[in-house]
This record gives sequence, C-alpha cells and structure tokens, in this order.
Amino acid sequence: MASLSSYLLVGAVLFSLGLYGVVTRRNGVAVLMGVELILNAANVNFLAFARFGGMNMAGHVYALFVIVLAAAEAAVALAIIINIFNNFNTINVDEVSELKQ
Amino acid sequence: MMTGNIITDFSLLILFLPLVAFTINIFFGKRLPRQGDWVSVGAILITLILSLSLLINMFMNWDSNFSHEAKMSWIDLGAFKIELGFWVDNITIVMLVVVSLISSMTHIFSLEYMKGDVRYNRYYAYLGLFTFSMNGIVLANNLMSLYIFWELVGVSSYLLIGHWFEKHSAADASKKAFLTNRVGDIGFFIGIMLMFTAIGSFNFQELFTGVSQGMIGGTLLTLAGVGLFMGAVGKSSQFPLHIWLPDAMEGPTPVSALMHAATMVAAGVYLTVRLFPLFSPEALTIIAYVGGFTALFAASIAITQNDIKKVLAYSTVSQLGYMILAVGVGNYVAAFFHLLTHAMFKACLFYGSGSVIHAMHHSLHDLHDHDTDPQDMRNMGGFKSKMPITNWTMTIATLAIAGVPFFSGFLSKDAILAGTLAYVQHHPQHVLLAVFGFGAAAITAFYMFRLIFMTFHGEPKMPKVFEGIHESPKVMTFPLVLLAGLSFFLFYTLPYFNPFSDHGWFTELIKATNSVVPGNPTAAEIYEGVHHAHYLAMGLSLAVAALGIGLSYLMYMKQKLSPEAWAGKMGFLYKLSLNKYYFDENYNRFLYQPFLKLSRAVAYVDWDLYDKYFINGFGRVTNVLSRLTGRMDYDGLDQTLVDGVGRSAQGLGKQLKKVQTGRLQNYMLFALIGVIIILIVQAI
Repeated sequence: MASLSSYLLVGAVLFSLGLYGVVTRRNGVAVLMGVELILNAANVNFLAFARFGGMNMAGHVYALFVIVLAAAEAAVALAIIINIFNNFNTINVDEVSELKQ
Repeated sequence: MMTGNIITDFSLLILFLPLVAFTINIFFGKRLPRQGDWVSVGAILITLILSLSLLINMFMNWDSNFSHEAKMSWIDLGAFKIELGFWVDNITIVMLVVVSLISSMTHIFSLEYMKGDVRYNRYYAYLGLFTFSMNGIVLANNLMSLYIFWELVGVSSYLLIGHWFEKHSAADASKKAFLTNRVGDIGFFIGIMLMFTAIGSFNFQELFTGVSQGMIGGTLLTLAGVGLFMGAVGKSSQFPLHIWLPDAMEGPTPVSALMHAATMVAAGVYLTVRLFPLFSPEALTIIAYVGGFTALFAASIAITQNDIKKVLAYSTVSQLGYMILAVGVGNYVAAFFHLLTHAMFKACLFYGSGSVIHAMHHSLHDLHDHDTDPQDMRNMGGFKSKMPITNWTMTIATLAIAGVPFFSGFLSKDAILAGTLAYVQHHPQHVLLAVFGFGAAAITAFYMFRLIFMTFHGEPKMPKVFEGIHESPKVMTFPLVLLAGLSFFLFYTLPYFNPFSDHGWFTELIKATNSVVPGNPTAAEIYEGVHHAHYLAMGLSLAVAALGIGLSYLMYMKQKLSPEAWAGKMGFLYKLSLNKYYFDENYNRFLYQPFLKLSRAVAYVDWDLYDKYFINGFGRVTNVLSRLTGRMDYDGLDQTLVDGVGRSAQGLGKQLKKVQTGRLQNYMLFALIGVIIILIVQAI
C-alpha cells in the first residue's frame, strides 16, 4: 500500500481540496487556508518523489523551501487581509472587486 | 540684297513686335510711365523700318517674280496637316508697308487724339493686337493660318469699335460688326473646307497647283470661290453685308482710319487678290457684280449723309466695291493698286475728319455744349481759315479720291475703270458693270467735294463754335501731311514722271499671274484689253469726275443750285438714300425679327416644354429614385449591415465582458478549466 501512487493520490486530494477552497470560499482567510493546502499538497508530492521517485535529498530541500515560503506567504497574506479589512471593512473577497469597474 | 533667311527673320519680327507691345501694354501698361504708349509706338516704328527695308530690298532686286516661302509644320495628323508659314512676294511687301505705315501714323495721331482717355493703355494694346493680326493675314502662306489671323482681326476690330463701350451705340456697333463678319466668315470657312476636301492642302501654292491639275472644277470650284469671296464680303463690307462698317464709326477716329478705311477692310480685297488665280469665271462674274453694285450703291448713300465720318465710311464701302469690281473683271493688279493708293488718301481723310472732330469737340467742350453733334457737317463751315493744314491735306486727299489727274487715285481708279471697260467690251452683256463703275466715280467726286465745301468753305454755321476752332497740334497734323504727300502720283509712277499713265514701279514689280482655272483669260489678254481701253476710260472718268465736282461746286460753293430743292424734287430717292435704303430696318424686319420670333418659339419649346416637363420630369424621377435608393442605403445597408457589424461586435463584447468578473477566484477557476481542457485534449 505504501507506494508512490497512494502518496500522489493524497497529494492530489489535498490539491483539489485546496483549489476548491481557493475558488469557492468568500472569506479571505479561508482562501488563504486553501492556498496552504495547495502548498502542502505540493510538499506531499515532493516528499513522495523523494522517497520513491529518485529525487532523494532534493525533494526534502524543496519541501523545506515550500514550508518557509508558506510561512512567509501566510505572514504577507494575513497582512494584506488586515489591510483589506481596514480599507473595505470586510474580508469577503467578492466585495473587493476594484479590478472591475 | 537680302537672303531668304533674313527675309524670314524680318517677317517674324514684323509679325511679332506688335504682339510683344500688346502683351506688355495689356498687362503692365497702367504701371508704365505715360501708360506705355511709347512701347507701342516704338514697336510699330521698328516694324515700319523693317517693312521699309523690305521695300527697299524689293526695289534693289527689281524682280517681279520674287517669291519667298518659309513654313513649318504645326499640326500633323497624317492626311490632315496644318502648316504655319510666310509667303513673301512683292504684293506682301507692299501690303506690309501699307499696314505698318498707316498703323504707325495711327499710333502717332492717337498720342494727341486719345490723350487722357480712360483706357489709354488698353487702346494702344489693342492697336498692337490689330497690327499683329493684320500682318499675320498679309504674311500667311496658307488658308488656315490666314483664317486664324482673319478672326483675330475681327476680334481686335470688335475691341476697338467698342473702345468706348459705356456708349450704348458703340457697344452695339462692335457687336454688329463682329456678328456681320461672322456671317461672311462662315462662307469663308465653307470655301476653305471645300478647297481642302478637294485638294488636301491649305497652302496657296499647292491650291493653285491642285486647281490647275483639275482636282476641283466646275460648280464645286465656283462654290468654293464664292465661299472664299464671302469672307471678303464680310470683312470688306460689301453688299449685302455692308451694314456694319458705317456703324463701326463709333470707334475712335484713328481706329477708323487704320482699320475701317485703310487696312482691315482691305483684308478682304487682299484675300481676293491673293486667291485670284483660283476663281472660276462664274465666281468672278459674281464678284464683279457684288463689287460694282456696292460701289454705286454705297456712293449713292454717301451723298445725303451729314455725319462727316458716315460720309467717309460709305465712301470706303464704295471704294472697296471698286477694288472688288477690279478683281471680278480680272484686273486684280489694279485692285491692289487702288488698295494701296486708297489706304493713303482715305487714311488721310479720316485723320482729317478726326482733326476736325477733335477741334469741334474741344470748342464745344469750352462752350459747355454737350448736345451739339461734333461730327455733323451742318454745324461746320468755313474752317479753312482756322485749320489750314487740315483743309489743305484733306483737299489733296479728296482730289485723289475723286480721280483728278496728278493724284494717286486717278491712276488706280483709271486702271480699274479701264479694266471694267475692257471687260465690258469683251462681254457686252455685262454693260451694267461699266455703269456701276463710272456712275460711282461721278457720285464719289460729288459727295467728297460736298464734304470739303460743307466743312471748310462757306459761312460758319455756328459762329460761336467757330470761334473756338483751331488747328490740331503737330502730332496730329504730321500724319496728315505725310499721307497727303503720298497722295500725289509721283510716288506710284517712279521712276517715270507721266501723270497720266500708271506705268511705274508698281506695275513693273507687281505683275498679274495667270488664272489657273481653264476658261479665264490669261493675264496677257487682260492686260491687252486694259491697254486698249485705257484712253477711253481715262476720258470718261475725267468727264464724270468733272461732272461730279462741278455739280458739287454749284450746289455747295456757289449755291446756284439749291440742294434742298433738289432733295425735294427727288423726294423718294432722297429719302431712300438718307435712310441708307432702309437696310437696317429691312434686315430688322425680315431677318432679325423673324429670327427672334423663331428663337422665342424655340425657347418656348425648349424652356416651357422640354425643360419644364422633360428635364424637370427627369429630375423628379431621379429624385424619387434617389430617395428610394437612399432609404435602401440608409435603412438597409447602413442601419442593418454596417451598424449590424458594430452592434454584433458590441453585443459580443458585452457577453464576453461578463467573463471579466473582477474576481480572482473566477479567473482561477477559468485557468483550472483551461488546464483540464488541455489535459483532456492531450489525453486524447
């Protein structure tokens, strides 16, 4: 059971869930959580390939990078969300549609 | 001795110098000092010098067969060729001298006569245009270029007669002159085209060759001849187209002297002289009758006219009739001789009348009298003491025109009458021609002396006006004296001194050529006949001239015979003559009015029927059609198709715009869908 495809399946499920969250959630924080899920899906894939696909230590290093990046991203994104809240008095992303006039 | 090239160069200069003066004066005349008259006078004097040098060259050559032709191709369309060129022979040279001499005198005379005129520079410009076109006629070597200059002469005549176009009568007279000339010119053009169709050339020499080879003959040649002669009828003011010349006296008097006495009206005679070899015997008979009749007919009008210029005008018509008569009877050298002498004495008479009118005009002006006619001889009389030079010069010219021995007119008129007499002796059925000739001679002598007596002799009719009369200044009397001098016989008979024979340089240098039409007598035969008739003609012409002068003397000098009583006795004839045989009235009634009626009828059809219904109907139909197509275009094409494209683009844009939600999540979804599609496509 412990094969590459089962890991990849977990990664794909995580990715799909994350994507679903990013696309459907209205709450900015929830969208951010979706993004975290996508990043972790990637991490699972990296580690799976490190274990089974011959990526070896490179996979681990990438996973570490992704974690660091996810932390940084969370910090920046949360700051953005706080700013959005300050400006629009909401964190509902539908209402933050300045792009469309 | 001049070579051909020099003669060509001289001809070019003679032709174009006046044109240069015209161009300068018409464009810059007003801005030049003295309004540019010196340009014109200078140009014409150079022309005169050049012409005189050609004349001197002619004398040095002493060759009656001298002929020089220079030509260039102008239009070449295969079978249809038009050339421009000069044909210079002795006739051309003499005519060039006449034109440039009289033109120079006119230029000089006008310096004073036209002083202060409103359109002074334009007047001089037009004189230049006229001299150019007249020289063009004289120098032409083919009918087409002659015709061009012929019309140019008509134009300049129109412009100069209408010089004072503010005067209604002057404007009318210029139109009348132009239109009457057109009538003749149509015939002229038909004649040219008949000749061209038959022979295929416009060139005089080629025409002569063509006719002599029989390329055209019989009735067609007569028709062509009559057509060509019609041009001369119009330009030389022959019956029945004589009506324009007396009216042309509305122009300035120097113009009358130049164009309507000496040169332009002589162009018709010049044309018949040039084309003489082409005329068939029938055409020549017609020419003789037209000329002879005009001579007598115009003279009979001149008797009763009171306007000094009108008398001279009818006299000119009559003298031109003489020349045409001479051409008709075959003695065309005499016609040209009379053209030459007539140019001198008639120009002199016109300048004389100009001088008298000038004096009258000034005198009346000083009296603030603007109603008295300064040209009416009934207001004159006794001027000889006040205007001695004018009196003497005019008397000399009158003696010349009356055909008194020792004067030029005697020689030329005698030659014409001898020719006529010889013709009548040959063809007794044409005895009328002799009657015309001698009758006109008698009448000419009568009315010319009537003019002199009424103007210069007797008691002044208007003493107040008479007080203010004085001799004209030197620029005006100089041409008078010069031309009066040239009215003496000596200038035409040199190197001989016999005043009773026209034998001289003229007859030796200008020899008649044979007609190229079979059936016409040869030049030698004509000369023989003239020679035989010479003394009889001289006797008769002297007798009739004496008769005319005597009668005039008795009537107007001694008043033994009362003109009024005679006028009363011949009431009907007198009235007929005084009213110029009602020609203008009859033309008006039988030609102009019916024509106007016809024009009106045609105008009615054209305007009220054709234009209103047909043309306007067309307009309406077009309007309706336009509206229809307009609607199709606007509603159908524009609104549906053109705007439809726009609208569909807009609609599509609106639809597509919906995709642009502004929500990043949607975009992401689309990206996802895109990826999925790509994956599916790849999988397949």
